[in-house]
Amino acid sequence: MRFLLIEDNKQLAEAVVDRLILDGHVVDHAPDIQTAHDFTATTSYELILLDVMLPDGDGRTFLAQHRKQEESTPVIVLTARSQVADRVGLLDLGADDYMVKPIDFSELEARCRAVLRRRGGVAQNLLPLGDLRFDSLSGTLKFPDHDVQLRTRELRLFEVFANAPGQVFSKSILVDRLFSYDDDVTENAIEVYVGRLRRHLKNSTVKITTIRGLGYKLEPE
Amino acid sequence: MSKPAAHGSIRRRLLLSLLAGAAVLAFVVYFVVQTVARQVAQESQDNVLAASAQSILDGARLSGGEVNVDLPYSALSMLDSISDERVFYAIHLEHEFLSGYADLPAPEGDPSGAPAFLSAEFLGEDVRIASVRRRVSTGAGRSYLKVSVAQTLSGQKLVLSRISRISITIGAGFFLISVFMAGIISGSAIRPLDRLTASVSRRGPKDLRPVAAPVPTEMVPLVASLNSFMRRLQQSLLRSEDFIAEAAHRVRTPLAIVRTKAEVIQRVSDDPETRKALKEMIHAIDDSSRTAGQLLDHAMVTFRLDHLVLEEINLLHLVHDTVERLRPTSELKDITMQAFGEQDSVIKGDPILVQNALHNLLDNAVKYSPAGSQIDVVLALNQNEAEVCVKDTGPGFPADELDSLPKRFVRGKNAEAVVGSGLGLTIAKEVITAHGGTLKISNNPGGGACVSLLFPLP
Amino acid sequence: MRQFALSLALIFTAGWSCAFEAEDVASFGPSDSKQVLRILSTADIDFFKPMILSFLASRPETAIDYTVASSTELQKAIVEEGQAFDVVVSSAMDLQTKLANDGLAQRYKSEATGSLPEWAVWNDMLFAFTQEPAAIVVSKTGFKDIPLPNSRNDLINLLRQHPEIFRSRVGTYDVRQSGLGYLFATQDTRASEIYWRLMEVMGGLDAQLYCCSSDMIDAVKSGDLLIAYNVLGSYAINREDREDFHIILPTDFTTVMLRTAMIPSNAPSAELSGEFIDHLLDMSHGLDAVPLTSAELDLSRVEPSLNRIKIGPGLLVFLDQLKRRSFLLEWESAILQN
Repeated sequence: MRFLLIEDNKQLAEAVVDRLILDGHVVDHAPDIQTAHDFTATTSYELILLDVMLPDGDGRTFLAQHRKQEESTPVIVLTARSQVADRVGLLDLGADDYMVKPIDFSELEARCRAVLRRRGGVAQNLLPLGDLRFDSLSGTLKFPDHDVQLRTRELRLFEVFANAPGQVFSKSILVDRLFSYDDDVTENAIEVYVGRLRRHLKNSTVKITTIRGLGYKLEPE
Repeated sequence: MSKPAAHGSIRRRLLLSLLAGAAVLAFVVYFVVQTVARQVAQESQDNVLAASAQSILDGARLSGGEVNVDLPYSALSMLDSISDERVFYAIHLEHEFLSGYADLPAPEGDPSGAPAFLSAEFLGEDVRIASVRRRVSTGAGRSYLKVSVAQTLSGQKLVLSRISRISITIGAGFFLISVFMAGIISGSAIRPLDRLTASVSRRGPKDLRPVAAPVPTEMVPLVASLNSFMRRLQQSLLRSEDFIAEAAHRVRTPLAIVRTKAEVIQRVSDDPETRKALKEMIHAIDDSSRTAGQLLDHAMVTFRLDHLVLEEINLLHLVHDTVERLRPTSELKDITMQAFGEQDSVIKGDPILVQNALHNLLDNAVKYSPAGSQIDVVLALNQNEAEVCVKDTGPGFPADELDSLPKRFVRGKNAEAVVGSGLGLTIAKEVITAHGGTLKISNNPGGGACVSLLFPLP
Repeated sequence: MRQFALSLALIFTAGWSCAFEAEDVASFGPSDSKQVLRILSTADIDFFKPMILSFLASRPETAIDYTVASSTELQKAIVEEGQAFDVVVSSAMDLQTKLANDGLAQRYKSEATGSLPEWAVWNDMLFAFTQEPAAIVVSKTGFKDIPLPNSRNDLINLLRQHPEIFRSRVGTYDVRQSGLGYLFATQDTRASEIYWRLMEVMGGLDAQLYCCSSDMIDAVKSGDLLIAYNVLGSYAINREDREDFHIILPTDFTTVMLRTAMIPSNAPSAELSGEFIDHLLDMSHGLDAVPLTSAELDLSRVEPSLNRIKIGPGLLVFLDQLKRRSFLLEWESAILQN
């Protein structure tokens, strides 16, 4: 996905960009409203991440202008302010959602997915894998004769494998990717979700194979 | 808000001062009327006595060198004409007693013939005595004839008691009129204050505009101070809001940087030790950012509660909003969230605060519920209250902690692994209490906790 | 002059060393009663008896001592000797007034005294309970052919027209002896100058002078007198032989003496005194009044000409020794022409 990050704090912006790239996204960074307008004028983004406090104005100003220009790109506001103080105003101005810093990226991913799903306007991004196509936005495995709707954790696990077919992921890495940092889970929990995915892929050419001592990998054929 | 301590009342003080003045004046009026009237009464009595004595003196004739006094009947009967009085008289030729009551005291008559008066006691009663004298030539040479006439005071006392009654009536009447006037005056003097009070108390909590209506000169300094105070209060309120927002920004931005960088490194690192350490670090950052967030939220909630603005809130709408808002978070744990409720449940309150309260309850429920469980938010209307109940299928609350839970910073014993400060319930409880409702915490019969917000219906 | 004044002053203030002289004494009610009302009076026992009996009728425990004395002796008893009586009754209005004026009477107020007409009470001390007119008593036998005089003018004309008939057969009080005669005479002079003319006419006819009303009536009855002037009408009407003479109330003016009662300031049972006074006033002024003087002497018939002697300090004027001396001189010169 292509993101526009509007954030004046350079260090935070760099870190966020680095983090989003790790998930395979493309990110442009605008440090102020003016630059942001320049970017949106030339590039089309799937999602805008907007900080509230900016050097040349309030994030609300951008939102107002953005909506005036009838831009349909969804906006998720990143705020450091109290939830109580800002929420209503931002949503009224046309933000699709908001997150309070610091950003939990799995939550951001979930919210992005939710926003995009709600908008429904984005072209379906179907990833072909063997005999199926993976719709990461809706979390669906599309087989030639039927669809399988994945639950969130199954979806996220499948996404990890689908984004790098053939790559071996250790159980501990998968735990880190799959569970939030406050979930105290053992690596055995991964076996449960891998088991579920394997049941979904039972009649498919796509397989999740176990590499003893190393972890798992996805084989499309 | 506490009621200011009252010390005295301007109206009462004004009224008392006016009444005290009126009372003093009424007494003065009473005494003046009394004194003047007494004097007049005394003078008229003296005049009658003097006339009586003079008529006796006029009836005295010298015949053959001897004094012959022909007492006129009217001289004594006139003294008894209005009220029954005891009457005494004495006739002296120089110091020689001629007739009447020898012991009757008498004032030293004025040689010029003008009557002299004396008040004394005689034969057991108070009397007023008048004396007149006249030069005469007797066989023994020049001498003077002195006639004293005395009268008891029963008539005088009647007159005086009537005068007293009249004076008291006049004084009391004066006082009553003054009381009436004082009431009107103190009322009208205090009216501008009442009007100011009314106009200030009619305002909403956020209305800090200066008072512009014209006020009496004496109140200008007060109103000026009030206006300046309101201006400062407004600034200080704005500063408080700004301060909380700024504090949040200052705390959260660096946490966000650290957390994001940690996450990036954790993602790219192959070393399990490093990853484990970074995971713990992120966990700690989440913990402190959540604590900071709730502290700041709590500050903001407290601030808003102090200036509570009541609006109509559609509860079902608010419940759905809040559930949708948290749905992505709950989905991360494969938790199913559902909201049920009745339409038309409208309460009065601050929507931001109510939503924050509910958000905190739901946030807690998501945090403490195991993956794959279910959370139901049920809105029910009872007879005179609306109940928003958050039911989860988590571990529930330990029975011995049900009461202490909503207190600040108390976290349930079995929730140590979950990031959270425990402030969520406190905030919810403060909000619901400020809205005149209650927070109910219980465990579901079938397991899991149930936290309810009970709002009074308008 | 000085000697005279002093001696008169002594009469008023000092006293005789001997006790006062009672004319008669009577007791009513139980002799061992602890509650005794002592009355000192100038009225005869028979005259006052009905009043006493009716008072005692409702009070079986009470007794009354009734002492009769002349007005002079009464004065002596009260003023000089300070004798303790509970009620003092006297026809000598001037002397009663002086007692009260000099503080020897106590004030008394009750329902009965409050409802008295104004002329009947003075200073809450003196209470009038009879009205007794001075009348002209005329012999019935002597006046067979002569029209009865209805006024003093009639009387003067009559005397002037028939001096031969009336010479030495007209009589009146010797005011030098009789206190009541003096009171009537002085009040007559206050009312009209005609008194002096009458006295001069009577003096010219060699008027006879008497100490008291009863003597005058006796003289009329016996034929010694044809006319007696200023006779106490109540005495005349109360006599059993009242059919033997005419009692005329002069129509020009009829002087009325009021018999008064008072409570002395040293009364031992003042409370009982008050009750007696109330009874006295109820009996004489109340709706069911039973006056002591005969009802046949109807004063209301001659109300316009009534000259009630006013109780009050005016009466002291004629007690003044200088005034009395000059009055008596004038009176003597009018009536003693021979």
